[in-house]
Amino acid sequence: MKLKGWKDLPPATVVPASTAEEVETGQWRSMRPVWDESKCIHCLQCWIQCPDRSIKTDEEGKVTGIDYFYCKGCGICAKVCPKDAIEMRPEADFI
Amino acid sequence: MARRDITSGNWAAAEAMRQINPDVVAAYPITPSTDIPMKFSEFVADGLVDTNLVTVESEHSAISACLAASISGARVMTASSANGVALMHEIFPIAAAYRAPIVFALVNRSIGAPINIHCDHSDSMAERDMGWIHLYCEDAQEVYDSMIMSVRIAEHKDVLLPVFVCQDGFITSHCFEPIEFLEDEEVKNFIGERDPMFPLLDVDNPVAYGSLALTDYYFEIKRQQIEAMKNVRKVYEEISEEFYKLTGRKYPIVEAYKTEDAEYVAVIMSSATGAVKEAVDKLRAEGHKVGCLRVRMFRPFPWKDIAEILTGKKGIAVLDRAASIGAGAPLFTEVKGALYDSGTIVPTNSYVYGLGGRDFFLHDAEKAFTDLINGDFSPEERYLGLRE
Repeated sequence: MKLKGWKDLPPATVVPASTAEEVETGQWRSMRPVWDESKCIHCLQCWIQCPDRSIKTDEEGKVTGIDYFYCKGCGICAKVCPKDAIEMRPEADFI
Repeated sequence: MARRDITSGNWAAAEAMRQINPDVVAAYPITPSTDIPMKFSEFVADGLVDTNLVTVESEHSAISACLAASISGARVMTASSANGVALMHEIFPIAAAYRAPIVFALVNRSIGAPINIHCDHSDSMAERDMGWIHLYCEDAQEVYDSMIMSVRIAEHKDVLLPVFVCQDGFITSHCFEPIEFLEDEEVKNFIGERDPMFPLLDVDNPVAYGSLALTDYYFEIKRQQIEAMKNVRKVYEEISEEFYKLTGRKYPIVEAYKTEDAEYVAVIMSSATGAVKEAVDKLRAEGHKVGCLRVRMFRPFPWKDIAEILTGKKGIAVLDRAASIGAGAPLFTEVKGALYDSGTIVPTNSYVYGLGGRDFFLHDAEKAFTDLINGDFSPEERYLGLRE
């Protein structure tokens, strides 16, 4: 994201609503959750517990993957998964 | 026909507030500013204003409530002094960064310890880098007029900064003098309605104030404040000119008294100016070419005006009603800096006077001039009215 200069920045420390959506919190991640579709039973425990709304689902409410733009790699999804369908792996493995 | 009355600096400030009829006043009493919210609370009780008067448990809460109300879109005023001002300190830079146009009647009183209720400028000078506009008034009429003008200056879209309207505790705040008031309707028309920029109560256009801005944006936000402060001068001149047309009362950023042909000039602020002007008249009658320069606006600091007036003089005395312990006094260092920027070197003495309300007499002002006339200059800080 290109940072704005002082002339283009809104004054008074003001930030418009919902701008948190533009922040790529996925950059903070050091551990990556890797979802194994073959093990997943779509119980949605991970979807309920994810603090960053990063478990992607389809129209039928089935898990389709993980949104790495927001996922900070906290690992809650892997912890709560009853089928060990999510594995936490170091980001270094993906460089 | 203008209404005339005998009143004090505090009551003049309160009367201006009645006529301004702000949406919110949140205040906590502290001598010598107590009179202002006290008098104003009578107006509230008598139904003379529509103001929501918030009686809080501390000065910190007072300024916090003022800030919240101001960014919600309200027109907000308050008053305080000394350690009350110091307790508010944490919120002052936030108010400036949020561009909250609060008008603040600051009644100058010495910061304790030792505990002392009388006047010096240690309270407001401690806030000089907080991003507020600072105006220092010589008398009660100027306090009244400045309160009204400050609403317009603070709320101007090119400025949007809070203002301290400073007056000398007890000397100005409690002494009674004749004042000319505007009619209520004239004040109402002069100040108009506030048109807030990003009011929190505008729920259709939601914004957040004060989000985290680390190494990425903090610097840019400070630069915006610096720009707003640079705009103050032009806005001040427009508004004070408009006020002059309405009232016949002129308030230049710096007031030059018999400086044009003067060889020696004393620079001063607030109520003690009267004694310096009297010394000027007395010494001029004796054949000495002396003058007085009163600095009304301390932030933004009018270094250009000051340098223009002082360039070519034979000697300058800068009189401060505050010490900066361990460094040069606040007004002195600014004046000296202004001269350096103008490329002129004029011998300049620094005098600290009136700490803790110590009286400043005609002979104190004469002493400063006499030093200059006698060529008695030194870099060491000097003191007027101090027992050795």
